[in-house]
Order: sequence, then C-alpha cells, then structure tokens
Amino acid sequence: MTVPMLEAIGIHAAYGRIEVLRGVDLTIPRGAVMALLGPNGAGKSTFVKVISGQKEATAGDLHLGGVHVRNASSDALARVGLCTVPEGRSVFPNLTVEENLRLMSYAGVPADAVMETAFRYFPRLLERRRQLAGTMSGGEQQMLAMSRALASDPALLLLDELSMGLAPLIVEELYDTVREIAETGVTILCIEQFARTALRVSDYAAVMTGGRIVATGEPEEIMESMADVILGAA
Amino acid sequence: MPLLEVNDVVVRFGGVTAVNQARFTADERRITGLIGPNGAGKTTCFNVITGLQRPTSGSVRFGGRDVTRTAVHRRARRGMARTFQRLEAFGSLTVRDNVRVALDIAGGFGGLMRSSSARVDEALDRVGISEYAAERADSIPTGTARLLELARCLVGDPKLLLLDEPSSGLDESETDAFGELLIALASEGKAILMVEHDMDLVMTVCDDIHVLDFGEIICSGSPAEVRADARVQAAYLGASDTDETQHDLAPLDATTTIPAVTS
Amino acid sequence: MSGFFAFVVLGVFTGAAYAIAASGLVLTYATTRVFNIAHGAFGMVLAFAFWDFSVRQGLPTWLSLVLVLGVVAPAIGWFIQRFVTRGLGDAPVSVSLVVTVGLLVGLIGVAQYLWPPEARILMPFRPETGYQVGSTYVTAHQLITIVCSVLVATLLYLLLNRTRVGTAMRASVDNPELLQLFGGRPDRVAQLAWAIGISLAALGGILLAPVVGLDYYALTLLVINAYAAAMLGRLKSLPLTFAGAMALGILESLAVGYLPTDGFIAGIRPVIPALFLFLLLVLLPQAQLRIGQVKGIVSAPVPSLLRAAISGVVLLLVVIVVTTGMSEANLLLVGTAATFAMVMLSLVLLTGYGGHVSLAQLTFAGVGALTYSKLAEPNLYGLVLTTLIAAGVGALVALPVLRLTGLYLALATLAFGVLMDKMIFQEEWAFGYNGTLPADRLSVLGVKIESTSGYVLVMVVFLVLMSLAVLALRRGVVGRLLVAMRDSPSACGTLGLDQRWFRVGLFALSAGLAGLAGALFAGLRGTIGAADFQFFNSLPLLLLAVVFGITSVTGACLGGVGLMLLPELQANNPELAGLFFVVLGFGAVALGRDPNGLANQLFRLGRWVRGQAEPWIRERIPVWAPNLADDEELEPVGLDLIGEPLPAPRAAGDLVAEEETSHATP
Repeated sequence: MTVPMLEAIGIHAAYGRIEVLRGVDLTIPRGAVMALLGPNGAGKSTFVKVISGQKEATAGDLHLGGVHVRNASSDALARVGLCTVPEGRSVFPNLTVEENLRLMSYAGVPADAVMETAFRYFPRLLERRRQLAGTMSGGEQQMLAMSRALASDPALLLLDELSMGLAPLIVEELYDTVREIAETGVTILCIEQFARTALRVSDYAAVMTGGRIVATGEPEEIMESMADVILGAA
Repeated sequence: MPLLEVNDVVVRFGGVTAVNQARFTADERRITGLIGPNGAGKTTCFNVITGLQRPTSGSVRFGGRDVTRTAVHRRARRGMARTFQRLEAFGSLTVRDNVRVALDIAGGFGGLMRSSSARVDEALDRVGISEYAAERADSIPTGTARLLELARCLVGDPKLLLLDEPSSGLDESETDAFGELLIALASEGKAILMVEHDMDLVMTVCDDIHVLDFGEIICSGSPAEVRADARVQAAYLGASDTDETQHDLAPLDATTTIPAVTS
Repeated sequence: MSGFFAFVVLGVFTGAAYAIAASGLVLTYATTRVFNIAHGAFGMVLAFAFWDFSVRQGLPTWLSLVLVLGVVAPAIGWFIQRFVTRGLGDAPVSVSLVVTVGLLVGLIGVAQYLWPPEARILMPFRPETGYQVGSTYVTAHQLITIVCSVLVATLLYLLLNRTRVGTAMRASVDNPELLQLFGGRPDRVAQLAWAIGISLAALGGILLAPVVGLDYYALTLLVINAYAAAMLGRLKSLPLTFAGAMALGILESLAVGYLPTDGFIAGIRPVIPALFLFLLLVLLPQAQLRIGQVKGIVSAPVPSLLRAAISGVVLLLVVIVVTTGMSEANLLLVGTAATFAMVMLSLVLLTGYGGHVSLAQLTFAGVGALTYSKLAEPNLYGLVLTTLIAAGVGALVALPVLRLTGLYLALATLAFGVLMDKMIFQEEWAFGYNGTLPADRLSVLGVKIESTSGYVLVMVVFLVLMSLAVLALRRGVVGRLLVAMRDSPSACGTLGLDQRWFRVGLFALSAGLAGLAGALFAGLRGTIGAADFQFFNSLPLLLLAVVFGITSVTGACLGGVGLMLLPELQANNPELAGLFFVVLGFGAVALGRDPNGLANQLFRLGRWVRGQAEPWIRERIPVWAPNLADDEELEPVGLDLIGEPLPAPRAAGDLVAEEETSHATP
C-alpha cells in the first residue's frame, strides 16, 4: 500500500481554554477526493487551519506524503505542494487580477505559466486582468482563487466552503473545475455545506462533530446515515 | 406598524453584493427567524440593523423612526440588543460582571452607582447560568457564553432582541429549554429576530421565517409555508436536478436535517 | 515675485527631503502595521553615522553614503523588524507605541553616547556649486535632494508595482495569512520593508542635516513633518504622502517668507507641521466599530481599598521619617518624585487601565502649573480650578479626534505637546520666551504651608489620595467598563455605551490629574517655566511608567522616583548621560509587551517571600495566622506595597479574529 497523502492522528487544537479539536483521525489516500461534512462549530475549518499550518495543534501527528509536518509554517507547506483555499475571501482585494496571479508563483510555478493556465480555464479573468480583484463579483473572485489550485500544481488541495455566498449555478461551475483538477490526480479535501454538490465529486466522505471524526465512508453511505450520526434520529 | 422594518437594504463590499434588496420586519410578541445557508448575508443584516455596518442603500426603521444613520449606542438605547455569532463576551470579567456592565450601561450615568445585584442575578437565573456567575467569561463553554450574551441583553430590558445563532453549542435538552425561554420572552412583549441553523428549533418556535439566499430574501412566511417552498430547498441543497431532489430525499427531510448537518 | 519663487524652491527642497523620510514611514507602517514613532530618531542616528564616516574618519562621500544607506541602515531595519517590532502589528496599539517611543529615547541615548555633544558640521553636497534660475539661486544640494526624491518615488513605484516582492508587500497589508498560504513569507517581506524604510529615514536625515544641523532632538522631531505628510496619504498612499510632504515644505517656506516676524502669528511658524498634523487628524474619516478585534491581553492588578489605604499610610510615615532633617535640595527632589508619581498615576488610569497612550502628559502638568502660578492666593479651591482647567484642555485635545482611536489619539497628543511647547508656553501671557513665573505655596484650610518639608508631606498626602481615587475607580463601575471596552468594543456599543464620550471623559480626567500634579509642583518650586514641562520629557516619563508597571499604583510611585533620579544621575555622570537613555529606552522595548512592568516582578518576589516566611510565622505567632487566612487577597507586607496577584495572561483572542472583519473595512 502506498503512503497516504494526508494522515492525521489524534489532532487536538484549542482557542484559549476552549478545545475545538479533540483527537481528529483522518487518512486521505493519494489521488482521492474527500468531502468533510459536519455542523457549524464542529471544528472543520479549524482542522483545515491545522493542516495548512495556520493554527498550532496542541497534540497529535500530521503527515503529508509520509513526512511529519505538524506545526510547519504555512508558507513552507505551500511551497512543497499544499494548496489551501480558505473560507471567505481568498484573493487580495486591493491587488489587480494580474498581481494576484503573480503572487501565486510563490508556490513554485513561474508567473507566466500561472497566468497562462488561469486565462485558459477562465477567459473572463483575462478580460479583467487589470481590474482590482475586490471589485469583481463573488463568482469571479472565487475563479481567481481557484486559479491557484489549478495553476500551482499542488499535491494536496484543501477547499474550505468554496460555495459560500455564491449562486448555485456558479457553485456548479466551480465544482466542474474541482472535478477537472481531481482528474489530474490531485488529492483533495473539501469542506462544503452543499452536501450533495460536494458528495457528487468525492470518492470518500467524513463527518465531524464536536471536534472528532464520527463517521467515514462512501458518499452514498454517508448521505444516508448523516442524519442518524448527527441528530440521533431522522 | 411593525417594531422593526428593514426596507430594501443593499450592502456591497467591493464587487460582492452581500445583501441585496432585503426587506423584512420583526414585531412585538413574535419570534421571527432569519435563515439561509452560510454566507447568505444574515450576520451582515444584523450588523446593518444594529448600526455596525452602514448599508449601501435602503433603510432601517425602528419604533416608527428611521435609524439608518443613527449611532450604534443610540439604537441600543432605543431598545435594541443583540448577541454575536462569534462570541463577544467580556472575557476577562466574570459572568456576573459581564451582566453588571450591561446594567451599568443601560442604567445611564445617573444609575452608575446603583447597579442592583438582584437584577443581575435575576437575568442570570432567567437564562439558567447562575452556577457560572463567579467564573471568568473566557473559561465557560460556548453554549453558556451565548446564554451569557442573552442575559446581558435581557438586563437592559430591550424591545427587540437580535440573536445570532443562539443555540449553537447547546445540547438537546438545553435547546428545548432555550426554545421555551424564547416563547416566554415573546409572550412578555419582546420582539425577537433570530438567525439560527437548528431547523427543528426554528420550525418549532418561530412565528414567521424569512429565508435569505445570497443576499436576497427568497421566501417569507410561516414555518409550514417555508418548509414547502421549492426555492428554499434549492437554496439549501445547491442547484441539483429537480427529479433527483424528489428521489433522494423527501422535501421535508431536506430542509429539516441537511442544513443542520452540513452548514 | 522672484522672492516668492525662491521660497517655493526652498519649500520644494525641504518637501522633497520630508517626502523621502515619510515614504519610508508609510512603507513600514503599511506592511507591518507598526507606526514607527522613532523613524526620525533612526534618521538622526544615521545622519551622525554618515558624519562619522565622511568627516571624522575621512572616507569619501560616496563610500560613506553607500555604507550608511546600503549597509548600516538596512541592517538596522532588518534587525529591528526581526527582533523588536515583529508581531507588534497584532498587539494593542498602546504596546507598539510604547515600544517605538522606547526606540526613540534609546536612539537619542545611543547618539549622545557615541557622539557626545560638540560642534559638528555636516556640509551640504557640493557646497560650492549652484545654478542661477532666473533671479533665484538653486544650490546643488537642493537640486540633488529634489532629484533624490524623484528617484525614490520612481524606484518605490517600480518596486511595489512591477516586482513580485513589492506586490507581496502590498498584499501583506491586506492579509498576511493569505500571503503565507500563497507560499510567500510575510516576515521576509516585512524585514525588507523595514530595511528600505530605515534607509529612507537615513537619506532624509542626511539631506536635512546640513540645513537643520546635527542635533539629536531637532533631527528626531523632524519626523513630525513626516507623520503629517504620511497622514495625508492615510498612512497608505505614497503619492498622497509625497503631495503632503511638498505642501508642507512649501507652506513652511512661505511662512518664513511672509508671516510677520513678531507677535502671536510669528509663533505659528515653528509649529506648522504640528498644526498640519492635527488638522489632518481632525479631518480623517470616522473609525467604525469592528467585530472581532484583537482583545486585551493582561489584566491590571487591583488591591482592596483597605490594603491600599494602609499602604498609603505606611508610605506617608516612611516619607516623614526620611525627610526629617533633610536638606532643602533633597526635599525638593522628594517633592519632584511625588510630582512625577502623580503624573504617572494619571497614565495608569489612561494607559494602564484604558489602553490609550498620551505622549504629552507633562504638557498637561504644565497647563496645571501655568494656571496655578496665575492664582493670587493658591488654596484648595484654586487647586480644584486648576484641575478643571487642565481637564478641559485634555478634553479639547481628545474631542477633535473623538471619532478616531489609539494611534491617532496618541499622535494628536504629540502634535498638542509640540504646539504648547514651542508656541503657547512661550507666549507673553504664559511663561514667556524662555521665561519663568513665580508661584506661591499652597494654603490648606487657611494655613499657608511655608516650610518645604511640610509642603512635601502635603504632596505625598495628595499622591496617596489620588492613588486611592484611581483604585476606587478601577474597582468600581468605571474599571469594569474599561475592561469591557478593551475586551469587546462592539458589545459595549450594542449594549448602548457611547464610547467616544467615555474616552473623552477618561482623557480629561487623566489630564486633570496631571494638571493637579503640575500645580502642586509649581507651589513646591516657587518659580516655574516652560523648561520644566518640555514636550520631549513626556516620553521618558511614559517609558519609566511602563518599565515600572503602568498598570499599578506601585509602578507609578517607583517610576516617579526613577524619573526624579534620571537627570541627577545624568548630571553626576555626564559621560554616561546617553547611556541612561539607552537603558531606559531599550528597557521599555524589552518590557513594553508586559504593561505590568517591574512592579509585577516585585509582587512576585513578595509572594515568594510570603511563601517562604508564612510557615515560619504561623509556627511562632499563631494569633496572626487565621487573620492571614481570612483575607485571601491579602499579600505580605514589605515590598508589595499595593498590588495583588495577576491572573494568568490570556492569549490574544484568536477565537474572534476570523469574524467578518474583512467586510467591516470602511
């Protein structure tokens, strides 16, 4: 068996005295797409922050491609091939589209190549290359954010609430892109409120409540059992 | 005339429209729910109502007066009180002192020296967190801190309560007790406007529900009406083929469980 | 007309130099959110370094320039960002202000130590060269300066817009965490920004030194011009900063040319930058209440009132014993220490409890002293009047910036301090130009206190009463509200608190207390002048308060003694004078992050002593033991005058840092 892309063992994390993650165990095989579901406040976003190095884990182990990376800095992780698209705004609103793309070259792919890929996938960005990112629509901003996932050639992609505040049609479009990325062999972990949308592109799903993973399995199983797992009754 | 009227409020951040022509009301003796997926603009609506965010256009009327340009603290003095989705308890004060500060402020400078501890205890008792009175507010569980924020509001005896996800962090029995408290408060004459993800709670206690989806009110009505509305299901489930919606999950299940589970 | 043109040319020259320095300030603030009060001090030290290389060591000018601008300045900038200001951007504004004020004072000390006072001349570049433009003579130095500023503007533009690292600088203004997710390193970006920023400060200092002279203070305070220029660009926009610098330079130059040379108007000339700064602050847009701000970190210690009262009586008794038979000169020193302690108490209230920084607290004391010296028969009523007037002046400073917070309030006090120092205090109706005023001793209940020892005791009584009042405020509703405002301004607002007026009230109260201290000081000294309340001395005062603990009364009392000793030590050891500033400045840099200061270490020591001694005492004096156990807040006597254990510092509340603040930006 090959080394999994991501392996989290007993991850704990806290804000002040309030513990948010209480021993998260999760393994994502290479090339798999996993959806992480769970109610508000379950700790999903915190978990993403721990993986991406934005939040310190108080205990537990984290392996990325078999290498121990717990509490590595997020910029170092980004340069070895972890691409994180955080919740909410994930572009620089006061920079132009082109400048945003230029910064994406920090991940290791030359700026020209980044732009070439981005404009090929999203021709609309080419039209707006000189526009400030903050003045574009939410969907266009998210396309710009996704350009990084596309162009920086990551090994593992973390998507946190890609659909937040976006029209369903645009969400579908974005998920088509996610599927395309997945097909190139990139491992993906996505957190999503639109359960169905996320489950449709994923190979596995996990449910988190109260800072722990309470169920993992095939998307269909999870879809059926989710209500049971969380509410105790359907 | 309703106590609170939100008229065609638009909020734009750069090119992103967070709230688009939102229009709804909340009135005395009623519990009004404001629901919708994450990022739909609910908290932004609360910020506009309380004055923390100035709307791009549109107006807010409270008690018959236009308060769109009124300062945050003046609106509070006219009888608005709110809780926060991300907690804003005074972390380095005790739970009791949190409520006492609220009473100090509500009492005005004339009442500064006479903050009655009986009223403080009463408010703590009302929301059921008396046992935590002496604890520092940053050391209590999230659910308790939310109740603390509610107690802080109650001590000033507001006309309108704005509650932002008040039940998250509460367990099932606590949520039930909380629902009863809300109903009791409404029957005493308070207007309650609540953003909430627990659909069971919303469907049980709310008199009216407004559904917000990417900044727009897509549906308003009684719980039963909202539950049956096709647009609401689309908003919660994402655009999916309609027949799939019908085959996969019954409409009622969809609205009652999925949002609570995933958002 | 030709005269006008000449003044404009002169204005453009100084404006160009201001612009260079100001752009460095903007660069560092924009990328790291640390407002470097010491920006001018860096320019000053590096101008001295340039003099050292080029004049003292006789290196060629070009080599000295390369060494200073290309090696020393960037190295200092890198070092400061790496080891001093890193992470300060997320700390409360009061902390970053105190740390950079510490740098300012420390750097002045470094300069005084390395280059003791003597006449030094830094020649302008190519002093013999100049060009006749019409009827105006433009020197090569002026031309070089203007060319430099154009060059700096162009290079900065290219850096920020055409290079990846420059883009990253602008990106890290918005969101350094996201930049990290992109794979960029905000730390390195910040270090580069500081390296460039300090270099620009150096260039500005070197270009201005031949005009202003190699003076520790003049060059350091030139930074006010840079603040003012940067404020026009709201600390963000470089083009507006350049415009502001030019406007200020030309305005100053025209004022020299066209304002009358005597009378009230003439007094305006030296304070034009301060007025400009104050005006811009008033015109800044309203700050919005934001959800999820960084929360307070440390709680202030609060002893019980009884304990504080006992400590006060002990203090009084100690002073009585110590001052018995003391010489007049030493009595004056004790009185001075009490004065400083009272001024620091006003800072305990404002900064320690309220989290606002005043950079002109001694100026408020000066207002009190001035008012007092105008009283015919100073008595308690007169003292009340004095306090009220000082409080009113404090409110006048805070009112225009009512809508703003933290940094801007501090800058407003700075502008005010300069204004009073260089203009108002010098007026005929005030102390007069380099003049003094006589002041009578205070009468208490009809008895005039003629003896100095008696007067000193009265001052200590006032100090104790003031301490008790401050502690009573802290324990009561005001204290609770202050903590609440620090923890969550938004919650206070939505509960109905008008924080703006509360802040003005707090500021006025603090100014009033400082004014009262100043009034008592005037009575002690008998003659009083502007020199006693120089603006600059407010800075060591603030720093000593911080070093000894700005959150406790004990800290204020110790700080008062410290500040009284400082000039004595400097006078007795003139060769080490600068070193004291170095120790003080860098002490504040080191301790700035812990506002409880040295006093807290004493409390700890006290607790340790108690832990060691208690069992021993319990064994031998059984009667005392239950008494101790009754009052769990009671601390052992001795070192721990007034204070109680601190709760564990709370980590900055990252819990709330993720709220929709992104949307709240105006």
